[in-house]
Amino acid sequence: MRIICPICGARDRREYYYQGDAVALQRPAPDAGEAAWDAYLHLRDNPAGVTRDLWYHEAGCGSWVVVTRNTVTHEVQDTVLAAPVNADNAP
Amino acid sequence: MVELIARTPCQALLPLEIGGVVVREEDVGRLTSIMPYRGQHAAVSATLKAAHGIELPAPGRMYEAQCAQAIWFGRGQTMLIGPAPDAALSRDAALTDQSDAWAVVRLHGDSAEDVLARLVPVDLRAASFSCGHTARTRLMHLAASITRLDDRTFRIMVFRSMAMTLVHDLKTAMEGVAARR
Amino acid sequence: MRVADKGLIDRSRPVRFLFDGTAYDGFAGDTLASALLANDVRLVGRSFKYHRPRGILTAGSEEPNALVTVGRGAGAEPNVRATVQEIHAGLEARSQNRWPNLSLDVMAINDLAAPFLGAGFYYKTFMWPSQFWEKLYEPVIRRAAGLGALSGRNNPDKYERAYAFCDLLVIGAGPAGLMAALLAARAGADVILADEDSRMGGRLLAETDEIDGKPGAAWVDAVLAELGALDNVRLMSRTTVTGAYDSGTFGALERVGHHVAARPATLPLETFWRIVAKRSILASGALERPVAFRNNDRPGIMTAGAVRAYLNRWGVAPGQKVTVFGNTDDIHRTAHDLLAAGVHVAGVIDSRHDAPDSSDFRVFKGAMVSNSSGRRGLDSITIRSVAGEDRLATDCLAMSGGWNPTVHLSCHMNGRPVWREDILAFVPAADTVPGTAVAGACNGAFSTAACLREGAQAATAALQALDRAVPDVPLPHSEDAPYRIAPLWAVPGRGRAWLDFQNDVCVKDVKQAAQENFRSVEHMKRYTTQGMATDQGKNSNVAALAILADATGRSIPGTGTTTFRPPFSPVSIAAMGAEAQGKGFAPERFTTSHAASVERNAPMIEAGLWYRPSYFPAPGETTWRQSCDREVGMVRNSVGICDVSTLGKIDIQGPDAAALLDFVYANTFSTLKVGRTRYGLMLREDGHVMDDGTTARLGEHHFLMTTTTAAAGQVMRHLDFAHQGLRPDLDVAMTSVTEQWAQFAITGPKSRELLNGLLDAELTDADWPFMACGAVSVAGVDGRLFRISFSGEHAYELAVPSRYGDSLFRTLVARAETMGGGAYGMEALNVLRIEKGFITHAEIHGRTTAFDIGMERMVASGKDCIGKTMSRREGLSGAQREQLVGLKPVGAVRQLSAGAYLFQADDDPVRVNEQGYVTSVAYSPTLGQMLALAFLKDGRARHGQKIRMVDHLRELDALCEVVDPVFFDPDGGRARG
Repeated sequence: MRIICPICGARDRREYYYQGDAVALQRPAPDAGEAAWDAYLHLRDNPAGVTRDLWYHEAGCGSWVVVTRNTVTHEVQDTVLAAPVNADNAP
Repeated sequence: MVELIARTPCQALLPLEIGGVVVREEDVGRLTSIMPYRGQHAAVSATLKAAHGIELPAPGRMYEAQCAQAIWFGRGQTMLIGPAPDAALSRDAALTDQSDAWAVVRLHGDSAEDVLARLVPVDLRAASFSCGHTARTRLMHLAASITRLDDRTFRIMVFRSMAMTLVHDLKTAMEGVAARR
Repeated sequence: MRVADKGLIDRSRPVRFLFDGTAYDGFAGDTLASALLANDVRLVGRSFKYHRPRGILTAGSEEPNALVTVGRGAGAEPNVRATVQEIHAGLEARSQNRWPNLSLDVMAINDLAAPFLGAGFYYKTFMWPSQFWEKLYEPVIRRAAGLGALSGRNNPDKYERAYAFCDLLVIGAGPAGLMAALLAARAGADVILADEDSRMGGRLLAETDEIDGKPGAAWVDAVLAELGALDNVRLMSRTTVTGAYDSGTFGALERVGHHVAARPATLPLETFWRIVAKRSILASGALERPVAFRNNDRPGIMTAGAVRAYLNRWGVAPGQKVTVFGNTDDIHRTAHDLLAAGVHVAGVIDSRHDAPDSSDFRVFKGAMVSNSSGRRGLDSITIRSVAGEDRLATDCLAMSGGWNPTVHLSCHMNGRPVWREDILAFVPAADTVPGTAVAGACNGAFSTAACLREGAQAATAALQALDRAVPDVPLPHSEDAPYRIAPLWAVPGRGRAWLDFQNDVCVKDVKQAAQENFRSVEHMKRYTTQGMATDQGKNSNVAALAILADATGRSIPGTGTTTFRPPFSPVSIAAMGAEAQGKGFAPERFTTSHAASVERNAPMIEAGLWYRPSYFPAPGETTWRQSCDREVGMVRNSVGICDVSTLGKIDIQGPDAAALLDFVYANTFSTLKVGRTRYGLMLREDGHVMDDGTTARLGEHHFLMTTTTAAAGQVMRHLDFAHQGLRPDLDVAMTSVTEQWAQFAITGPKSRELLNGLLDAELTDADWPFMACGAVSVAGVDGRLFRISFSGEHAYELAVPSRYGDSLFRTLVARAETMGGGAYGMEALNVLRIEKGFITHAEIHGRTTAFDIGMERMVASGKDCIGKTMSRREGLSGAQREQLVGLKPVGAVRQLSAGAYLFQADDDPVRVNEQGYVTSVAYSPTLGQMLALAFLKDGRARHGQKIRMVDHLRELDALCEVVDPVFFDPDGGRARG
């Protein structure tokens, strides 16, 4: 499997560390309540189809990447940096 | 009077020559990590240009001047190689001395590309990875920076503590390539 | 028998080899199979279950019978296909699965018991008693039925793995593959042409067809010469593409050393390639099907295509009186080729009533072979026609039930092949592997002309997809005969008719499966073991499917195929794990003090990837405890030196550096003064402790974080996530400096005295109070000093650039030794921290909270941080939690042990009564007793109580007193003083 790092280009999946659902980027407010935090930390869908998850280009540039892919066909549809890239602060 | 004696990362490990491919430790001078602060990429690049003759490199590139090189080294990071960094750079960027953190070797020979094909999961063919191209990737299990210096020469950098493993891995691959001929 | 003037072998280079201890001669270019046939060796193996005598069935990697063991000693390799192994000087091959030898195999008794050994025999017979299965049945069955065996010793051979990248990967170098590669190569694309054979050309080497009026092999040579001269083409012969994976990635196994005489130790036996291709063309050809009839497994019975291959490519006639049997026009070529080579053809048995006539040999139209006979090899066949049954003497039967396109790779990504009634075979469905096109016989196009045409078409499409101009390459002229076939799967009749030769599965086994309602093809497969041998049923799956379809009254496509999974042909584990051989298993990280430590005879132990000294034995010390006790005493009374460079060090700079630290640490760092260090506790978002360490403030916007050795990588990842993923608004830059600095702990009451003789400026208590940090100069070298302590003593950590690490360590140890101190290792480090109740990952093991370790007050209230919200969750604090305590033995005890469980003194030591567990244990020479750190329910409220420690594994039972975890110097005066 190859994942296109938005900075480095297509790389072998061995260069990446897999984290899990990209919902981890939507951290609730401290006072959002137990249900919101429980959902954020523990409740995950297990889709047969499109999923968005987080990969860390650990052996590459060190970017956290949001990968949109299909768990059935294994097609990688889209990859974007987790941190919005600042236009005047090139990678 | 105490005197501290310096040792290089690959001291007593290199050079190594097998089948016309040579690995040598490289003395590149100072290594300085430059990480521009928010919005300061252009400013840092201009300062670097003024002080050392090179701009901040684009991702996957190495830029070279008379006495300095700048290697893209990861997200938002450039490694300045050679001179001590100009003090003005620290105004808009985090500077970190890394001169002792990396083992730096040069792999040279007609089949240098074949040797790396046994170790590195990146397309290093000259057509897609030409002179001045650089990549952060893995060399076997090691986090590495690999740069093509010319059609038969690569610079390889790995963490200093893993110099012995680097030499072991290179030697194994070099022997395998040499034995095929 | 070798035929004069035929074949592509090099008769000027004779090669001698051994088979079952006998020397034979062959020629360069021979496979073991062709050389054995040239020497009239027909019996080469025994079958898996019935130990039937077996000969060579095919001429390719699909061979089910002719499996041999190659080599001797530790590196002997079992289950090598004789049809793939090339002969070389010194080659030593042995037959398998026979005892005492091939012609007299006592296990052949199994064949007589065949009526009892059909499908499901094992399942039905060896069910009770169940405990007999593991101890008796399985070992006995495994010994009787099986393949070759590994030596059981460490494999001395070298294996390799490698990566390759290309624009176009062409799989298979027959007419279709060669034509595709030629077109793409001329277009300037980077092409890899991979073929599993030692010689490229595919069926063009095995047939007499001409291309542009020249022999097929001559055209192959011309194309290969052109391709070989191009820089943009890589020809990979002996390379089997074994699997198609995601994103254009293919696995391929190259046989590098198997054919090399006197192979040097540095030459890999095999290389496992990962090939990444923008486009690929599957031109893997087709595999011929045997016909199932009674006793069709006798040595001398081969596929018709194999007979032609042995004749035309290797100049070998597999018999002197050959018969041919099948259902296509193809089989008649076999007879013509044999006749042309001067081999007698006793007859062609064609199951079709409309078979072509011949004036050169006898054709039995609408007839079938119904039986064979011969003791260790074929001597006659029985022919059944409307006229009745006839025996015909023959020593070689060339059979063909038609051809199956080699669809395997097209199915590796969940694709299912589609049935084509006109050729009675499955072909790949379109686009089952993204970016891969199919061409030639693999696509059901069986004539040479059709193969060339499809190869060119596939290459054209690939070049267009690659945005390259398509060169004008005229198609050469070649035969374009239509493929005519009539169904012929199994000849009706009594007895055993083999489908899967390797696993001894017969037609009646498949019928029995259907009868017992294993109607799904996947169930049938598992019930009969059809297609489950090393050849994965390449010869037999489709025929077995046809039998099953017939037995269940369904169509073949309606019955469906089993799933094709990688690898296409067997790949040794050694090749797949090539990177992990020996020292390749994991990197070794060495500190700068490694050499000096080894010189002092310190046993080095692994700490993650690092190697650290366990202890430094002094003269006269015979046990580690003696050394460890001495080193602990040294630190408590004088001064000790320890390399702490392995701890992770992260440089954090920027206007928002303090804000990021406040976010990732439970406690507050924005209030830390420049020049001071603070202990930090890091939580996971779920409220559990992740890591701890000290962080120093080197400047207003400059911090240096330390992590534990084991968690350095994890913490860097976590910080990057916290910054990039959660707080990209923070302006901060982070990079690891673990490797830049060699850092040594100088620990003990005389530590300042030691440093004051070494540093270029004197340390004073006023300038360097407890937890101070800053720049120092050591012999003119710029270093950093931290007054921190992991032992409870007055201590410092001194860091210098790593190039000076070796030198500084030697200097520090030499100085310490003149003061009654010296180097100390991990054992002493551990004892020192346990005496002080300091935690490591033995305690913060992923299930403990800040509350559990008594640090809940460190979770600052005035700010948000990772893990804060969830750390306050119900259940993560309170009396029911197991809390950190110290344990001291009451009275004389043998030992305390980490991992032991805690119970109330008068409770049964069983799970339901568990009160907690021990995490760390040491003998404290300072206090003269065993100490333990443990987690105990409501532990902080139970100081002074007695608790029972039971280690069920080591059979230890000890009564302990629960105490505060800080055993030594509880007010911390020694470290601050």
